[in-house]
Amino acid sequence: MHFRHILSALARHRMAVCLLVLEIAFSCAVICNALFLISARLERMRRPTGVDEAHLVQVRVRSIAPGSAGSIMAQTHTDLAALRAVPDVTHVSIVNQTLFGHSFSASGVSLSDAPKAPSITVTQYYGNAQLPGTLGLKLVDGRWFKPDEFVSDEQMEGAGGTVPVIITRALARHFFPSQQAVGKVIYAFGTNRIVGVVDRLVQPRDSGSAEAYEYAMLFPVNLSYAQGTYLLRVRDASQRAAVIHAALHALKTDGPLRLVSPKDATTLEAARAKYYRNDRAMAWLLVGVCVSLLAVTAVGIVGLTSFWVAQRRRQIGIRRAIGATRGDILRYFQVENFLIATFGIALGMVLAYGINLLLMRHYELGRLPGYYLPIGALALWLLGQLAVLGPALRAAAVPPVVATRSV
Amino acid sequence: MFGYYLDLALRSLRRNKALTALMVLAIALGIGASMTTLTVLHVLSGDPLPGRSGTLYYPQVDARDDSGIMPGKEPPQQVTEIDGFNLLHAKRADRQALMTGGSVPIRPDSAAIDPFYVEARYTTADFFAMFGAPFRYGHGWNAADDEAKARDVVISGELNERLFGGANSVGRTLRMAGSLFRIVGVLGDWAPSPHFYDLNTGAYGYAEQVFMPLQTALDLHVDHNGSSDCWGNGTGGVGRIYPSSSCVWMQFWVQLDTPAKAADYKEFLVHYSEQQKALGRFVKAPNVRLRDLMQWLAHMQVVPDDVRLQTGLAFGFLLVCLVNTVGLMLAKFLRRSAELSVRRALGASRRALFAQLLIESGVVGLVGGVGGLLLAVLGLWVVRHRPSDYAALAHLDPAMLLTTFLLALGASLLAGLLPAWRACQVAPALQLKSN
Repeated sequence: MHFRHILSALARHRMAVCLLVLEIAFSCAVICNALFLISARLERMRRPTGVDEAHLVQVRVRSIAPGSAGSIMAQTHTDLAALRAVPDVTHVSIVNQTLFGHSFSASGVSLSDAPKAPSITVTQYYGNAQLPGTLGLKLVDGRWFKPDEFVSDEQMEGAGGTVPVIITRALARHFFPSQQAVGKVIYAFGTNRIVGVVDRLVQPRDSGSAEAYEYAMLFPVNLSYAQGTYLLRVRDASQRAAVIHAALHALKTDGPLRLVSPKDATTLEAARAKYYRNDRAMAWLLVGVCVSLLAVTAVGIVGLTSFWVAQRRRQIGIRRAIGATRGDILRYFQVENFLIATFGIALGMVLAYGINLLLMRHYELGRLPGYYLPIGALALWLLGQLAVLGPALRAAAVPPVVATRSV
Repeated sequence: MFGYYLDLALRSLRRNKALTALMVLAIALGIGASMTTLTVLHVLSGDPLPGRSGTLYYPQVDARDDSGIMPGKEPPQQVTEIDGFNLLHAKRADRQALMTGGSVPIRPDSAAIDPFYVEARYTTADFFAMFGAPFRYGHGWNAADDEAKARDVVISGELNERLFGGANSVGRTLRMAGSLFRIVGVLGDWAPSPHFYDLNTGAYGYAEQVFMPLQTALDLHVDHNGSSDCWGNGTGGVGRIYPSSSCVWMQFWVQLDTPAKAADYKEFLVHYSEQQKALGRFVKAPNVRLRDLMQWLAHMQVVPDDVRLQTGLAFGFLLVCLVNTVGLMLAKFLRRSAELSVRRALGASRRALFAQLLIESGVVGLVGGVGGLLLAVLGLWVVRHRPSDYAALAHLDPAMLLTTFLLALGASLLAGLLPAWRACQVAPALQLKSN
């Protein structure tokens, strides 16, 4: 095709061409970054927790008057028995913090008891013997806790304890990159020997670096209901609502006056959805911005091309009269648009990287992967061709006789 | 002349309704999106205590040992119990209050109301006067009540409504956390946003219903909510008392009426750190901060990242919309070269043409601005019905309303400037001849 002719024709409309190039460039830059942000959000939301989320429900009970530790613990045993009797419940446990919940408990952990030893912050789960079964954790090395290893909360946090610990594979790899972790000692609450390694368990909430998300410790602690949340594993996921209802009823009917509220009972799936609702909303908003940008850009292309077509009616007529086919005219406008879009995209790529650098400085965001650029480019080329089709067809429909008319 | 140009502009705009509608829509969309996000940003980064924030300061001292799990040169974001009480009792500021947050169970006298938990603030006496919390009935407690661990409580207007139907409840009793409290005051509507004095509870949409003396709360071992950072071996814990010298979990605020006093206070913090180091409690060299309220909010970056990102996106969108409008306006004006040439040939100056074209683009901007304003109202309505913490705050205030109009008008005049200038460059003779 006659690129040179098209270029010299474009040079006569420098300002309009510049505007179109700018518009396409801005759209391209914003769309590339928006797509990248969307994918970063989705990736964050899709990280597995290592927990059998589909079959878990949780109920929190709160006391309204302080009681003796003994009586609260006795009540906890009564509760656990009552919850185990609920139909369809396979495991019941009590845990200090739930996934996607509000509370977050963590400690400094190091490989030495020297006062200046480097330490990292690791979250800790306290739970009874049924906790691994309730969560559906997978043991990859070592063993679960033995029945005689379980302690009370006070014993756990007393100074110089020697409570064993089970850690996640990610944490084991961090502390012992090339060695077996089972049998080694870490220092979190006194001296803690590692007896097992689970495949995966994550922090209740996002905190710290991305790899720290998979650092977690499990301690054998029997908590009372005042210190934790009841966690129930349901055999059949469709029965979760019924189990919550039955569990609330069981907790309300036996025991002293306590706060048992449907507001404190939820499925883990609902807790996850609530935790990520802002990310989801943001992802949809970004999708909305991309679509609007494409729409506005398309409007701009249609508007300016229509103007050019109207302005060049005579010239088009002359070209048709001296032998150009309809196809030639159509292709002329298509190639013209392709050239403008290409300039815009080239400028857009530079801008996209600039915006990415800016975002990287202010947010926790990686470098824009290279494959976003061809995606953005393709989207805008396609959009340009679609938008130009209407005006170009109108141009192609200009009859040659126009050339012979003056005005 | 203005009326005539306006008439010309309206005629011209009416001639090509689709193009006009597109330009107006593009401006309206861009303005609507920008104003929605800008208003949210404006509301979230606002001053929670206008007029008072300049004299409120948040002292920080560094009590950590070297093995601290919180790295960095910044001192901890809260104070330990020991340091808090030391600074409180030193009384070096015009006013000072030590506080932390939690939740307490309330058991109403009426059996018809189930027991419930409310958010609580455990604080010392100066809190109300220092932060200017308005009392509907009664008053706060005093420093003597603090030391006496008095079972006194100040409740929010909302809780007063719920329990006593809004009547004056001063002097009545409230059964909380297993103890009997005497209500000494009822607050009016007061919920500073962001919740600056304790950001750990969430910066927005959080308000306490119950205020009780800190020493009383410590005495009763009520639940603590918020952040606790500890160092040394064996840290953290579940609903228990924290080690008083190696856990930061309290906030300490002071009121310093003049900058000179603030400078003195900072010096005092350094002296205090040196003294504690001499006593062997502090290990590090004095590491203190004394930020005023707004500096503290900026340091803590309370405005959510997503909100700033959304504002950036919206303005990017507005930019594309404007470039689009410039392009369409250019096409529209150039198309009328012949008409403009005739006017030029009949004696109109370039300036007159320029003014006429600017008025035309101003009309587009004005209509687009009104559309944008409607879209912003709609957008804020959507934000309010989203389940975020700050949803309830998203309202358009007069300042933002004015900003919207100026933005719309300015943007579209700016958008009209270039096309109008370009269109005025017509060579009348050439245009007339070619026709």
